[in-house]
Amino acid sequence: MIKRTPLYESHVAAGAKMVDFAGWDMPIHYGSQLEEHHIVRRDAGMFDVSHMRAVDVAGCDAQAWLRKLVANDVAKLTLPGKALYSCMLNPEGGVIDDLIIYFFSPTKYRIVVNAGTADKDLAWMLKQAEGFNVAITGRPELAMIAVQGPNARAKFWAAFPEAKAASENLIVFQAAEFNDWMIARTGYTGEDGFEITLPAADAPGAWKKLLAADVAPIGLGARDTLRLEAGMNLYGSDMDETTLPTESGLTWTLDLKDEKRDFIGKSALVARHPQRQLVGLLLEDRGVLRSHQQIITKQGNGETTSGSFSPTLQRSIALARVPLGVNIGDEVDVIVRDKPLKARVVKPNFARHGKALI
Amino acid sequence: MSIPNDLKYTKSHEWVRQEADGTVTVGITDHAQEALGDIVFLELPEAGRTVKAGEECAVVESVKAASDIYAPVSGEVVARNDAAIDAPESVNQDAYAAWLFKIKVTDVSELAALLDAVGYAKVADEH
Repeated sequence: MIKRTPLYESHVAAGAKMVDFAGWDMPIHYGSQLEEHHIVRRDAGMFDVSHMRAVDVAGCDAQAWLRKLVANDVAKLTLPGKALYSCMLNPEGGVIDDLIIYFFSPTKYRIVVNAGTADKDLAWMLKQAEGFNVAITGRPELAMIAVQGPNARAKFWAAFPEAKAASENLIVFQAAEFNDWMIARTGYTGEDGFEITLPAADAPGAWKKLLAADVAPIGLGARDTLRLEAGMNLYGSDMDETTLPTESGLTWTLDLKDEKRDFIGKSALVARHPQRQLVGLLLEDRGVLRSHQQIITKQGNGETTSGSFSPTLQRSIALARVPLGVNIGDEVDVIVRDKPLKARVVKPNFARHGKALI
Repeated sequence: MSIPNDLKYTKSHEWVRQEADGTVTVGITDHAQEALGDIVFLELPEAGRTVKAGEECAVVESVKAASDIYAPVSGEVVARNDAAIDAPESVNQDAYAAWLFKIKVTDVSELAALLDAVGYAKVADEH
């Protein structure tokens, strides 16, 4: 049975084309994916991301447990509301999921995980909690709305002036609690904005107020091209349980500074040397890159993991896993419908904050 | 969804217009462009290429996916729409104005096998 978010009726009323995404009936676009993409780069748009799952963590061992559970180190979080992006690894060093952890105190955190992996993640977390004094509570009843774009915060405050005092001093990657909402200055677009976690019953009314404040509804199609331009990985496409974070452009999320800390997957990470790397590709020939296209390099073959047309660059871009030794600036061939097309290896950071970076 | 009465259609969502000079003009239907979403790239056959009815001869790519375009009839490609290659979004704007290519028909009996507007409306309804 396909699941619906509390905003399902709002999407249908807005003329959304609905598709099955990880078992959820979600809007892919409301007319034009390209226009929606540009609205977020240039103004403000909102996404229903209620299919993602909040998981609350509380208890006197909350910090110690998270330091074991994930590869980044929550001990570095000291500012209330500060968030941390991390991988949760299996013992072999593969990525079970990528997630964001919000710190409120050493005994109180909130984790937000991907929709498609939520049940698997929660089961894994509960299994790893044995012996720790920690309560782990999935919050599937909460809705989430991401408001993104250069004008996103201003328009959010126009819709909710009462929330301004609580959220105007938030730095990037920091959240505040506002009544029973969580307002986080995070996102998945490469633009400024907020992600609001709120009770399901509040979601349709909040959506309506944001619409009235001229925030456009944006579908998951544009969400994907926005995150790809920003060089952000998509779990299940760019990394999964068989890939190491070091092969997925996520080495920066591994924190090995505290030698005494033993997190799950650490020994495998130290022992296994990556043979591959995740890079960006810019297509120089005409065409469109898609995932799972073969790449021919002097150092061996690789594969695109995500690919699309970049509305900002007006060219095709991709994330790709290629052998170590391939360098930024190299020219490679991508096999598109049996024909080799020329692409250039670039840093996987194509566009952010309204601007092309290539 | 627009399905003009004066055109012929294929089950694979191409439209075909018979011209007075023995050629046909081919494009994709309004239904097809809507299903594909924003179109960003066209690969069209070059003039001079000989195609068989049902042969893959062009590709339309949207932000979402790539879709093969099939020759509705056999013959020689005599023209392709370079303006549409430069502005792929024109297919979204008016799928019947933004033609893709023209074929000089070798066997006019193949035209009889194409669908009329009523027949295509049933196909489009099912997809």
